[in-house]
Amino acid sequence: MVLGTVYAVLFYFAVAIFAVGLAFRIRLYARTPAPLKIPTTPAPVTQAGVVVRMAKEVVFFESLFKANKWTWLFGWIFHAALLLVLLRHLRYFTEPVWFWVGWVQPFGMYAGFAMTAGLAGLWVRRFTVERVRYISSPSDHLMLLLLIGIAATGLMMKYVAHTDILSLKAFILGLLYFDWQPIPADPVLLVHLALVLILLIIFPFSKLLHAPGVFFSPGRNQVDNPREKRHFVPQTKLPGK
Amino acid sequence: MADFDTPEITIPLEIPTLNRGAMNHSSPFPAAPNHQEALGFPGELVDNWQTKAIDKLGELLSRSRALQVYMDGCVKCGACTDKCHYFLGTGDPKNMPVARQDLLRKVYRRYFTFAGKYFPWLVGAEDLTKEVLDDWYTYFHQCSQCRRCSVYCPYGIDTAEVSMAAREIMDHIGKGQKYCNEIIGKVHKIGNNLGLPEPALIDTLEGLEEDIQEETGVVVRLPVNQKGADILLVTPSADFFAEPHVDGLIGYAKVFHQAGVSWTVSSYASEAANFAMFIGSYEQMQKIAERIRKAAEDLGVKRIIFGECGHAWRVAYNFMNTLAGPFDFLDQNYPIPQHICEFTNDLIEKGELTLDKSRNDHMTLTFHDSCNVARGSRMGDSPGGQFTIPRAIIKACCNNFYDMAADTINENTFCCGGGGGLLTDDLLEIRTKGAAPRMQALKEVVDEHGVTHMAAICAICKSQFSKVMPKYGFDMDNIVSVHQLVSNAIVLDGQTTGDNAKVE
Ligand code: HEM
Ligand code: SF4
Ligand code: SF4
Repeated sequence: MVLGTVYAVLFYFAVAIFAVGLAFRIRLYARTPAPLKIPTTPAPVTQAGVVVRMAKEVVFFESLFKANKWTWLFGWIFHAALLLVLLRHLRYFTEPVWFWVGWVQPFGMYAGFAMTAGLAGLWVRRFTVERVRYISSPSDHLMLLLLIGIAATGLMMKYVAHTDILSLKAFILGLLYFDWQPIPADPVLLVHLALVLILLIIFPFSKLLHAPGVFFSPGRNQVDNPREKRHFVPQTKLPGK
Repeated sequence: MADFDTPEITIPLEIPTLNRGAMNHSSPFPAAPNHQEALGFPGELVDNWQTKAIDKLGELLSRSRALQVYMDGCVKCGACTDKCHYFLGTGDPKNMPVARQDLLRKVYRRYFTFAGKYFPWLVGAEDLTKEVLDDWYTYFHQCSQCRRCSVYCPYGIDTAEVSMAAREIMDHIGKGQKYCNEIIGKVHKIGNNLGLPEPALIDTLEGLEEDIQEETGVVVRLPVNQKGADILLVTPSADFFAEPHVDGLIGYAKVFHQAGVSWTVSSYASEAANFAMFIGSYEQMQKIAERIRKAAEDLGVKRIIFGECGHAWRVAYNFMNTLAGPFDFLDQNYPIPQHICEFTNDLIEKGELTLDKSRNDHMTLTFHDSCNVARGSRMGDSPGGQFTIPRAIIKACCNNFYDMAADTINENTFCCGGGGGLLTDDLLEIRTKGAAPRMQALKEVVDEHGVTHMAAICAICKSQFSKVMPKYGFDMDNIVSVHQLVSNAIVLDGQTTGDNAKVE
């Protein structure tokens, strides 16, 4: 039960940092003025067009596709698989399990491998492409290592060292309903969860901010209509503020 | 300046291997104290420059969502690394867009982020030292703010915004660039980049009227400060005297003449260019834009039309309404402002111009999309009009036209190498090397289709190409204005001479 308490406390702590940190960051982005119209053109001339442009960026990574097919391939596989894996994990958080989460399960099975493969491809690029190696900091490597670690320990529990899923689910539901339960003392599971907590904690302080950031990028989210509609942000009138 | 070799053109274009420090020696002449002080910047590097620079960075972050999001959002995916013409032409890794941003980002991280404050080595954060400042001065003046990198970045991170912010910071600690700041001072004082006063302007335009009459037998007016004219033409001052710019100006005059509209230039706002964009200064940019508004009000015009100038069109199209608007005293039935290409193309579409294409038969054309028009503005009603409209004009005036390779035109266009405040002789080496990708694409259509001339709609592109094309084995007059082609083809009412084409 001691182990369960430690993990419960860490869990609340990490989720709090993640949620509050992210909320502050998003508030900062939303509140910082965009004084001038700077969409990268050709850009949509209507708000609906901007929604379509943004959707293509977020769902297909359209600009990245234009730029580099290998990075796009690895990056897109990783993100798509990550999404499936996250959806699949919902079954540990819901009781009864939402019906559509069941549909995701078969795909989720392979997503773990796809995610690892995508991450591995991105990491190989970081070493082998001289230009990408030049721009990489230790944190860029460690981020990939962390995600690979999460994926690998996850796969290990599925295919090598099974864990007691039922008591794990009881533990998680206990966290959600403040009715704390013991955690299975399974080393692979404990490492897997610890890595996820680390990911949650560093999220608001790292380049993972690209996820909310993309929606706030003036180059992509502005409507190209400066002649038709005057763009004016009062704060910027005064020099210095 | 050191001697340097013009890059060899390889087909296809090769991505260079990294050549560290290759362009470390290239930085522009610093602004003299009087150039700085005229703009309200400190004359020389201030004593507490480090704190002042960090404060200024903080202020800019709070004033620009773009800067804040772009500093945080980069995942170092590397998609932009091979997209900059200066990297492609030099191999210097600090000319890779993300590496250029990182020069500022590492300081941002050090002073403004949790990770950079406590774990600088982990995230590549660095103190703002004299070496870092020197790198800023060097490499933020090797960016033409062309936005090519932003097209390919999955988050649209725009290195131009980062360069502008860095230059704004440097200006505020007394480390400005001579070329831009001297020119901005001239505009504030006299009204144009060249420092051309009213009498000289009137003289020049009268000379052009005589030239046109001699050539065509028709009196075509180029009025200055004519109150009550319908249209104010704002054009880059290079159009008044430089080649091939001036042939474009003659083209605008002939089009206005045929359209039967009254127009004028203003000596007070005799400049379309707004170099304040290059130094990232909202306040300076606003001051220059307000000159145009004042000229329009004083002259009582109904419309404003801009001549062929790339960054000027970006400022006019995207920023002028914000900076100096609303323009409710102008005729709302026309776009405010309008591009001369939009004006001419409308007339062509309505069939109101007689164009004799054969007068351009001595040329085979291609078109260079200028960055600021291509990626920073629009023409016409739908996205991409900035690509189709100039091409429609060229095709209406010429029989022989071929586009360059698809990944080097439209929004993928390569910069001429001289934009963003780099069009100065002290930066000739980076300008020449940065032109290599464009020269390569041109060479391909020259070899394949026998292209003889490249047309452009930007004063900087035209000046840059006439300077660097000879280094790549082309002639300096292989670059032409789009309205020069119009000027050649247009048949004026009552024209006496049968052929007014310029023979090479
Ligand atoms: C709106 C959601 C998101 C979008 C649109 C998005 C998009 C992208 C894109 C386009 C890239 C560049 C290509 C690549 O290197 O893979 C990228 C990189 C990356 N993303 Fe995301 N992402 C999102 C959410 C996330 C989340 C939730 C995570 C992690 C938990 C994440 C982790 C990463 C990592 C680690 C990289 C860098 C990969 C490398 O080192 O090369 N992303 N993202
Ligand atoms: S804006 Fe243009 S010049 Fe500057 S880094 Fe990007 S591609 Fe290079
Ligand atoms: S493409 Fe964008 S996210 Fe990728 S390295 Fe370049 S600036 Fe960073």
